[in-house]
Formats: sequence, C-alpha cells, structure tokens
Amino acid sequence: MSIIGEEPLPPGALEVETLGMTMRFGAFTALDDVSIRVAPGSFHALLGENGAGKSTLVKCIMGFYHATSGELLVGGREARIADPRHAHAMGLGMVYQHFTLVPSLTVAENLVISRKDAPAVIDWGKERAGLDAFMQSMPFRVPLDQTVARLAAGEKQKLEILKQLYLGRRFLILDEPTSVLTPDEADEVLGHVRALCEAGEISVLMITHKFREVTAFADEVSVLRRGKLVGQGKVADLTHAQMAAMMIGAEKDTTPAPRSGTTGAPVLEIDGIRALDRSGLKEIDIRSLTVRAGEIVGIAGISGNGQMELMEVLTGQRPLMAGAIKVEGAPYSATRAEAQRLAVRYLPEEPLRNACAGRMSVIENIAFRSFDRKGDSPRFWTSGKEMRARGTELIAAFKVKVAAPDGPIAALSGGNVQRAVLARELTGAVRLLVISNPCFGLDFSAVAEIRARIMAARNAGTAVLLMSEDLDEVMELSDRIVVMSEGRISYEVTAAQASLAEIGHHMGGHA
Amino acid sequence: MAGDLGLWGIPVAIVGGAIRVSTPFLFVSLGEVLTERSGRINLGLEGTLVFGAMAGYGTAVLTGSAWAGVLVAALAGVVFGLVHGIICSLPKVNDIAVGIAMMLLGSGLAFYFGKPFIQPTAPDLPAIALGGWSDLPQVQAALNVNVLFLIGLALALVMAWMFRSTKVGLTLRVVGDSTDAARAMGLRPAVIRTLATAAGGAFAGVGGAYLSLYYPGSWNEAISSGQGLMAVALVIFARWNPVACFWAALLFGGAGALGPALQSVGVTKGYYLFYAAPYVLTLGVLIATSSTTRALSGAPGELSITK
Repeated sequence: MSIIGEEPLPPGALEVETLGMTMRFGAFTALDDVSIRVAPGSFHALLGENGAGKSTLVKCIMGFYHATSGELLVGGREARIADPRHAHAMGLGMVYQHFTLVPSLTVAENLVISRKDAPAVIDWGKERAGLDAFMQSMPFRVPLDQTVARLAAGEKQKLEILKQLYLGRRFLILDEPTSVLTPDEADEVLGHVRALCEAGEISVLMITHKFREVTAFADEVSVLRRGKLVGQGKVADLTHAQMAAMMIGAEKDTTPAPRSGTTGAPVLEIDGIRALDRSGLKEIDIRSLTVRAGEIVGIAGISGNGQMELMEVLTGQRPLMAGAIKVEGAPYSATRAEAQRLAVRYLPEEPLRNACAGRMSVIENIAFRSFDRKGDSPRFWTSGKEMRARGTELIAAFKVKVAAPDGPIAALSGGNVQRAVLARELTGAVRLLVISNPCFGLDFSAVAEIRARIMAARNAGTAVLLMSEDLDEVMELSDRIVVMSEGRISYEVTAAQASLAEIGHHMGGHA
Repeated sequence: MAGDLGLWGIPVAIVGGAIRVSTPFLFVSLGEVLTERSGRINLGLEGTLVFGAMAGYGTAVLTGSAWAGVLVAALAGVVFGLVHGIICSLPKVNDIAVGIAMMLLGSGLAFYFGKPFIQPTAPDLPAIALGGWSDLPQVQAALNVNVLFLIGLALALVMAWMFRSTKVGLTLRVVGDSTDAARAMGLRPAVIRTLATAAGGAFAGVGGAYLSLYYPGSWNEAISSGQGLMAVALVIFARWNPVACFWAALLFGGAGALGPALQSVGVTKGYYLFYAAPYVLTLGVLIATSSTTRALSGAPGELSITK
C-alpha cells in the first residue's frame, strides 16, 4: 500500500493525528471539526456519551467511513485510508467491543489463521516455535493450546490485543475494551496495555465512559459531546467532576417540563432484589426503590451498570435470585395476567426486539395488549375488524408514520416503532409505566413528542420509572433521581435539589 | 456353514458385516462433516446417496466400468451439493428445509431415471482379499475388503489432518464457527459453505455408488433404507471428527450386521428385532449425547441445529 520510494514509517509505536475531522451523514453532522493527537507510545482516552461521535471518529480513522473533510496524519505524514485493509497495512488496528475470535479454534490456530500470509499447509512445529517466541516477548501470555471457547472473558480480551500485536499493528483503537470484563480483569488487561505503551511498542486510543479507567491508565483524554470536541488535556490535570462536566455538558440548563397533579400512594415497591447480570459474573442488587402514583423516578447511570438487567427483571425476562417486587401492594412476577390486572405497561429499549413481533403487522403489534379482551372480560375469537379499527385509530392519534398498516412493523423507522409501542402501552388505564431509553436514536421532534406523552401520563396519575443514559432526559422528566452504579443504587435526590455535577460524580462510580 | 465355528461365527460375521455395511455410512458422514464444519447442515445427502447409487449403477452398466460409475456418482453429488449450497446462500433460506426438499428430489429423480437399470447387471467394484492368512472361509469372506472402504479410511485421516494443519481446513472451521469472525478476516462465508456442501455431496455420491456396485450390489428403489439420514445422526455422535466418524460408521455397520449374523448361526426367533439395531442405536446415541443444559461440545457454532 505504500508508495514506491517512500520512506518506511519509523518502527515502534505510531503517532496518529486527526486534523479538523468532520463527518456528515446527509444533514446530520456526526463529527464536527475534531482534532486529536495521539503521541507515539501514549495511552489516549476518548470519552463521550452514547451518540457523541466516538465510533464515527474511529471508523473514519480505520477507513470504514471516509471523512467529509479533515485530514489524518499517521507517523506525521498525511494518510488517505481507503478501507480497513489499508489501515491494517499501515499498522493501525482495532479491538472491537465484541470478540472477533473463533470460539472452537485454539489460541494458536486463531493467531495463525488471522494472518494474511497464512501458509496453505501449516507446519505446526515451525509455527509453534514462532508463537512461543512471540509470547515470550510479550508482557502477558495466553495458553496457546486452549480453545478460545474455554477462555475467560479477560483472557479473550488479552488475546484480541495480542492478536493485533502479532499482526504487527502499532496503533491500537480499543472500543470499550472492558465492557465485558470484571473490574479485576479490566485492571489487569489495561495494566498490560499501559505497559506496552510505556515500552514504546504501541500507541493506544481507547473509547470508554469509565472515568476510573481513564484516571488509572490513560495519559491524555479527549471528550466528545454531540460530535464536537469539548475538552482535551492531560489526565493528571483533570478531576472526575471536570470530565463529567465536559461529557454531560454542564453548560446547558435543562428546564423541567410543566407538571401538575400531586404524588399519591406507592405503586411500585422493590425490596432487596438480586439478579445476575448479563455476563453472569456480577450481580445487580437493589435494596429498596419505590415509585409513587403521579411521579416520575429517573434512573441515571452510565450504560452497563445494571439498568438493562433491572429492566429485564421488571419485564420478567430475567429471573430473580432474591427479593420481591410489589405493585399496588400485590406481589408481581411480570406475568401477562398480572400486568393486565395491575395495569403495568412497558416501553423497553430497542422496542423492535424487546416489545414487538417484527414480522407481524403494525395493526397486530398494536393489538398485543387487547386482542384477547372484550372490554374487561376475556374473549376466545379475535375480531379482525375491531383490531383494525382500534389500530387505525391509535396510528392516527400517536402520529405513527406508516405506509401500510398491514405491513410488518420491522419496516418502520425507529421513531415510528417507538410511537407504535407507546400507542399500545399508553392506551387505557395505566398505573405503572416502566421505560428504558425511550428517545435513543430519535430525531428532535420525535423526542419532544414522546417526552410530552410520558409527562402527560404522569400528570394523569401514572407512576413512571424511567431509565435513561441521557442525563438531560432524566433531569428534564424526573421528580426524583436515583443513580445506578455497579448494579446498585448509589445516590438518590429530588429533582429540586439535584445538581448535574453531583450526579455525574456518582455516575462515575466515586461516591 | 458357520456350524464349524460355533458361536465364534457371530463376531466374525459382525466384523465382516461392519466392514461391508459401514462404507456408505463412512462416505456420507465424512461428506456431512465437511458440510457441517462449514456451518451448514445438508439433510439432502440421503437423496444424493440414492441418486449416486442409480447414477453409478447406470454408468457402470452402460460403460462396463465400475470406476466410471463411481466418478459419475461423485459428479452427480457435486451437482446436488451445489444446488443445495447455492439455494442456501440466498437470504432467509433455511438449510434444513432445503435439505428435505433435496432428499425427496434426489430419490424421485433416481427412481425416475433408474427404472431401466433394475434388471441389467453391472460390473462390481474390486475387493482386496486380506484374509488369506486364515484357512477359515468365514474369516476370508469377512476380510474381503472393498477398495472404497480403504479409500474412505484414508479420506478420514486426510480430513482430520486438513482440519488441523491446512489453511483450507482452518478457514472452513472459522466459517463454520463464527460468520462474524470470518467476515472480519475478509472471507466470504456463503461461497466457502457452498463449496464445502458440493464436496460433501461428492462423498455421498460415492457412498451411493458403493451400495449399488458392491454391497448389496444392485440397483433397486429400497437400496438406501435411510442410511443417508442415519449418517447425519452419526456425525453428531462422532462430534464432527472425521476419524471418530470412521469408528462410528464401523459401529453402525456392525449393528446392522447383528441380525444376519445371528440368523447365520441358527438363531431362528427374534433375530428380526436385531435388524432394528442400527435404528435403536441412532436413537440411543442421540439421547445419550444430548443435554438440555449444556451446549453440544465440538459443534460448529453457526450450525442451525445447535444455535
């Protein structure tokens, strides 16, 4: 890929710099004039909330996207990266959030087959000698004969990094490398990465939203917010609160939406529940949480701190290990009958996956709560006519943009799926509404409308539990805010007394 | 007769039977291992087996050469494999459903084209007499080993080596285990799976040729009696390991020989029950090796039945 006659890049860690990188998708600017310099042998952290443009930036560097404008310098020279292969050839590598290892192959087989120049007939004696020598030269090792499926998550992550080094990469992008690891595993892996940086083997750009890891391992940090570079500096000079303020944007003053009505009796009571998290290694542990009628309780937290698991517990998707959930004083285990009787409704995140049957029609999806009821009594035969009438009415009332009401709901855009599910869940008497990231990935008009609907439900006396990674949203909608960190509730405050800095501090895991 | 051997006649007959009966199991299961290791399942191999038997027999009758029959059977298998592979590469196509369709298509075409070949006799495939050291005619008969059996054994060993030590073999395993990882390496999973299915089809075709050209050695419509389907179960039993497929094929072949062996030593009652031994064994194997709580070890990750 290099031009003939060009001097080869210097050996060891690479310097990578973006100059005024801008990326537009149609009218939407995902990345706006971002300049970041990763010095050779440095460990650079890239902080930002979901949708802040972190992935767009690294995809521009790796050649998945071609930036609308701006330059990329590799080793001090301008580089035009056509595609990821080109980036690999220059020594740029990326470790993804999900593993790209082949589970049933051994570590040695994974390494050899990932090489572009893997021989047609593999001389295992020779390859093993080469791999052993390579492993000896590394600060950490992974057993070569083990199949990857038997490795723990931390070992796999180490292997992903080793693989990049084995392939000769000298600048590594790590995309939330610790999201699937326990804190101990994360410390070990990042400690090794830091050692490799200090040894001058690699430079690292790590996407993260864990302040703790930034402070403990990174040299420098850049913060993105809504596509713009909002802060940059040496980690040693910054406090968590300052980083949180940059990430969240403390400059903006969110005004709470108009609200009316009075708070009533407790509707949802959670008492000492425990459940395993997605990795099966950690637990979520909620001692006590109450949501009253006519109140919105917002759960703030950085993603991956147990909010998703709590949502799954409440919707019955995840078994409880201990504790009890009560709705209006009655034990609640999220069966359809209980949800019907107690008027509990949900708007889970990714509603197409968690709350819809994608291939069934919009009308049918809207009828999921009502198709087997005739008024208050159950019915055996469904009525297509009633379903259609009701569906058409709700599609109009909730302004769902749908070309064919009989077409599959999977064909709708994200915002319209959200509206369709909201139409189903907010119709009729609703005593408890549990919501997770209702506005993720939606445009501004859809956001405003969905928030207004949630507020209207609260004003009508519904108890609302809102989980959101968007702190602005939590601040705008909630009457009371709790912060979840490491699977626990670490902080609770009324909206009137809440301060962004304090909440950001608790979200960062440092109480 | 077996009278002079007494009860020893039973193991001798079982060994001989195992070698004779196991060859089609071996070829079909090796073909299926190749296909399944690439992440697809081809239930159509039963149809390929029957069509291969017909095509091989027909060619041998017309050309007078049993080996030409084997070659044509293999080519027919490639065509069936390609059709299955290409159809399965289309979006939203289920490989199991296509496999069942291909099974019926293969048998149907074989019956249609095979009508004129039920009467004529074709030349047999050659066998090697490995029992010359013994004076006993039973032992000599049992160790009269067909060349295809030895080729199948060699293929099993070569495949085991291929999966371990060649780029082709590792690539196949990558594709079969993780489509994402394969894409990240710049491989094209659909193309690789189609080629693996075609090669697997060739194996099944050869297995069919053995049926019609050596044992039982004639073409009729009931020639396979579900051996192609049992071979698929055998692959699970053998944990997708070609050498284990060889032993499993011998075991299934031996179970199939149990009935005739008992009959030959004069057991007159109930031996029909032992004719069912391979089927009982299939069921038993599937129950014993499955578990509700843990995933099947060694199963390729992209296989639709284990996902």
